[in-house]
Amino acid sequence: MQFQTLTSPHTERPNSISITMLWVTIALVPGIAAMLWYFGWGILVSILLAVVTAIGCEALAMKLRGRPALPAISDLSAVVTALLFAIAVPPLLPWWLTVLGMAFAILLVKHMYGGIGYNPFNPAMAAYVLLLISYPTDMISWLPPDMLNEHPLTLGQVLSIKFAGIYPQGLGIDALTMATPLDEMRTQLDLNQTLSEIKQSPLWGNFGGRGWECVGNWYLLGGLILLYKRIISWHIPVAMLGAMLVLATFFHVLDQDAFPTGMFHIFTGATLLGAFFIATDPVTASTTKKGQLIYGAGIGAIVYVIRTWGGYPDAVAFAVLLMNLAAPTIDYYTQPQVFGHRSGSNE
Amino acid sequence: MHYPSTNRPARKLHRFHGGLHLPDNKAQSNGRPVEPAALPKQLTIPLQQHIGEVAHPLVSVGDRVLKGQMIARAQGYISAPVHASSSGTVIEIGEQPVPHPSGLSSPCIVIETDGLDEWVELPEPVVHFAQLDPSELRERIRNAGIVGMGGAAFPTSVKVTPGPETWIKTLVLNGAECEPFITCDDMLMREQADRVLAGVAILQHLLEPEQTLIGIEDNKPEAIAAMNAALETGGLSNTEVVPIPTLYPSGGEKQLIRILTGKEVPSHGIPAQIGIVCHNVGTAAAIADAVLENKPLISRYVTIAGEGIKEPRNLEVLIGTPASSLIGQAGGYTDAASKLILGGPMMGFTLHTDNVPITKAANCLLAASEAESPNPGPASPCIRCGQCAAACPARLLPQQMYWYAKAKDLEKAQEYNLFDCIECGCCSHVCPSHIPLVQYFRFAKMESWAREQEKRKSEHARKRHEARVARLERLEAERKARLSKKKAGLKKKTAAKKAGGEAKDPKKAAIEAAMKRAAEKKAKLAEEGVAPKNVEELTEAQQKQIDQADKRRAEAAEDTKQATQEPEDA
Repeated sequence: MQFQTLTSPHTERPNSISITMLWVTIALVPGIAAMLWYFGWGILVSILLAVVTAIGCEALAMKLRGRPALPAISDLSAVVTALLFAIAVPPLLPWWLTVLGMAFAILLVKHMYGGIGYNPFNPAMAAYVLLLISYPTDMISWLPPDMLNEHPLTLGQVLSIKFAGIYPQGLGIDALTMATPLDEMRTQLDLNQTLSEIKQSPLWGNFGGRGWECVGNWYLLGGLILLYKRIISWHIPVAMLGAMLVLATFFHVLDQDAFPTGMFHIFTGATLLGAFFIATDPVTASTTKKGQLIYGAGIGAIVYVIRTWGGYPDAVAFAVLLMNLAAPTIDYYTQPQVFGHRSGSNE
Repeated sequence: MHYPSTNRPARKLHRFHGGLHLPDNKAQSNGRPVEPAALPKQLTIPLQQHIGEVAHPLVSVGDRVLKGQMIARAQGYISAPVHASSSGTVIEIGEQPVPHPSGLSSPCIVIETDGLDEWVELPEPVVHFAQLDPSELRERIRNAGIVGMGGAAFPTSVKVTPGPETWIKTLVLNGAECEPFITCDDMLMREQADRVLAGVAILQHLLEPEQTLIGIEDNKPEAIAAMNAALETGGLSNTEVVPIPTLYPSGGEKQLIRILTGKEVPSHGIPAQIGIVCHNVGTAAAIADAVLENKPLISRYVTIAGEGIKEPRNLEVLIGTPASSLIGQAGGYTDAASKLILGGPMMGFTLHTDNVPITKAANCLLAASEAESPNPGPASPCIRCGQCAAACPARLLPQQMYWYAKAKDLEKAQEYNLFDCIECGCCSHVCPSHIPLVQYFRFAKMESWAREQEKRKSEHARKRHEARVARLERLEAERKARLSKKKAGLKKKTAAKKAGGEAKDPKKAAIEAAMKRAAEKKAKLAEEGVAPKNVEELTEAQQKQIDQADKRRAEAAEDTKQATQEPEDA
C-alpha cells in the first residue's frame, strides 16, 4: 500500500488566517452596533462602501501581481482593514474619500510592499492619516451622538449627502456636525477654561464625551473577546492603556484644571478601538512579548503627547504609524532568552 | 528506605515555556494487553539503528544465526552492535528500504527465520549485579546493543559512562510519553513496572545519583499506580514517581528535566553537564534484560494506532519485523487510512510504504485518517502573529528563524539560535498560515551543516595549497641560496688565483711536482744508464696499456684545467 508523505507535524491545525480575521470581525460587531446606534446610518454606508472597495482592490492587486485572488480575498484581511477604516472616519464622509482611502490602503500600503504579512504600516491607519492631512475639514466633521443630535438623518438623507453632496433643506454641514469631545476639550482648554467649567456642558458623560464613552465600552468588550480567544495577547493593549493612564494621571495630579483624567483619555476618541484592534494588528506590531510592551507603551505615550500638546485632537493613527516604524528595531533588541542560554540558571 | 506515595510531600514542579494541549488519542491503543507479535518469515535488520557509526557485519550470506547472536559489531565508541532477533539463515546483506524520512535504503542483514526461535547460548544470568564491577555492567549494556528507545536512539553505553569529572546528582526516567496516540511506554510501565525498576536499580548502581525521578504525564494514571506499587515493593532508595501535567512536549529530554528539577540543559550541552542523566523507561527495561539475563535488545513494544487501523493495540515486536506484518496483526487497514506515520503525529515522519522493518527506536506505527491528519494545504504568507513564539518550548522566535531560513541567510538564522530548535512541531501546529516551519528549520540545519562541512573542506584545501606554495618557495629559495653560495665561493677562488698570480691549485701543484720529480729521476737514471726493469722488454699489450694510461692522465689534466676556467664564463 502506498501512502502520501508530508512533513510533520501531522495534526489538524487549529488556526487559520481566515478564522483569526473572522474573530476580529466578530469582535468588532458590538462596537459597530453601538456606533450605528449613536451616529446613524452613515457608519453602515461607509462600512459597506469600504468593504466592497477593499475587496475589489485586493482582487485587482492580486490579479496585477499574477497571483490567485480568491485565497487573498477569503483570508478576510481586507475586510478587517475596511472595517477599521470605516469606523474611524466621520459618518458623513463623501463616498469618494472612502474609496480613495481604501484604494490607497490596499493597493499602495498593503500590496506595494508584498501583500498580507509584508506591509510595514497599518493600511487602515495610513489611509486615515492620508485623508486627515489632505482633507482635514471632511475628516473632522463628526456627527453628534444620538442624544445630542437635533437633526437625526434618514438613510435617504445620508445617502444623498455622502454620494451627491446634497444636504437636507436648510441644513449645512456645520449645522449637522459638531466638534468631537476631544476637539471640544482642546478648544475649551485653549480658551483657558478650567476642567470643571468645561464639564458643565451637556456634551460630557461620566468619563468622556456622552455616547462616545459607551462606544468605547463596546470596543472594550470586543477586545476582551479577542483576548479570550487568544487572537491577541494582553501585552499591547495593557501597555498602551497603562502608559496613557500613567501619563494622564501624573499631569492631572499636577494640575487638575488643565489636564483631563486618565479615564477621560481612555474613554474618549479612538483609544479603546486603537488599543484592542489597531495597535494589535500582528503584521505591523512588535512580535516579541517584551517588544509588545514597549510598542504599546510607545503608542500610548505618543497619543497622550499629541492630544495634549500636539496639533491634532486625536492621535491614535499617528502613534500607530510611528511605532510601526520602530517595531523591527524593537523586535531586534527584545529577543527572548532562549532555553539553555540563561547564565547561572542552573545554580 | 521508602515511604508510601500518598504521604510524600508534593514535589515542586517547574514549567517550560509554551507547549500545547493536544487531544491525546491514547485510549485507542491502550485498552488491550500487549501480546507478542507473530514471528515473521523474514527479519530485515538495519545495521544503523542508532546515532553514530554504522555497525559492521559479522556474518555472511548463508550463515545460520541464532536468536540473540551478534550479527554486526559496533564500530567506534558511539555505535551499537545489532543482534539476530530470531534464529534462521542470512539470505542477504545489502541495501533495503528502512524507516527514514528520506525514504532511502540503507544496509541491512536479512534473515530468513526457521521458526525454531532457537536462542544462542547465553551466559549464566546474574542475580546480584551489584557485586559486578561497573565496567563489566557497561560492557554488557554495550554488547547488548542498547540505544535510547524514546526515539533518539543514542547508544546507551555512552550515557551510562559519564566520565571521571562528572558527578550525576539526579537520574531522570522518562515515562512522559507526551506524543498523542503512542502508548507503548504506558503499557510497558503498566505491565512490566518491575522490569523497568530493575533497570533503574542498575542505572543507580552505575551512576550513583542522589535521587531518581520517574516523570510520567498525569494522563497515564494506571502507569503511575503500577510504578508506585512496584516501587513500594522494590526497595529502591531515593526514587520517586512524579506525575507531571500533560502538556506537549514534556517528554522532550530538556523539557522533562526542566519540569522535574527546574534546571535548563545548557544550549549545545548535554544533561550530564548539570549533573543529570535521562533515560527512557523502555531503555531501563532493556538494560535490565541485558544485565540480569544477558539478553541483547532484540524486541520492543510498538503501538499500532490511528483510525486507519482496525484493532489499534500494542505488540511486543522483534526488531526487523516488517511494519506490514504488524498492521496485519492489528486487523489491517480500515478504509480511512490515509497516512502511515512512524512515531507520533507531532514528530514522526510519514512512510510511503509499510514494507519497512521495525527498528530499536520505532515506538509507534500510526495509520492516520484524513480527519486525524488532514493535509494542511498550501501555506499563506506569515502574518507575524507570534503564535509560534508563544508555543515554542525553547523560547525561540520561529517567525524570525523562518524569514532567514527562507532567505537562506543561515548565519542570521543561527543568530536566532536555530540549533536550539528541538523540532517538536508546536510552531507549525499553531501557525494560522500553515507554514511548515519545522521543515524550514530542518532544511536550514542541514544546509548549515553542509556549508560548515564545505567550509571545513575548502579551508583544509586552502591550507594544503598554502603549505605547498610555501614549501615550493622555500625549496626555490634554498636552491638559489646554494647556487649563489657556490658562485660566491668560486668567484672568491678565481679572484684569489688571479691575485696570487702564480699561485696554483695545491693538488695540481703536487701533481706537477710529482711529475717533475719522476722526470728528474728518470733523467738521472738515464744519465746513469739505468733503466727501470719493468719497462724493458714490454709486450705489445703492456705498451698499449701504458699508452692508454698516459692518455687518460693527459685528458684528466685537461679536464681539471677546463673546470677551473669554466665558472668565469658562467
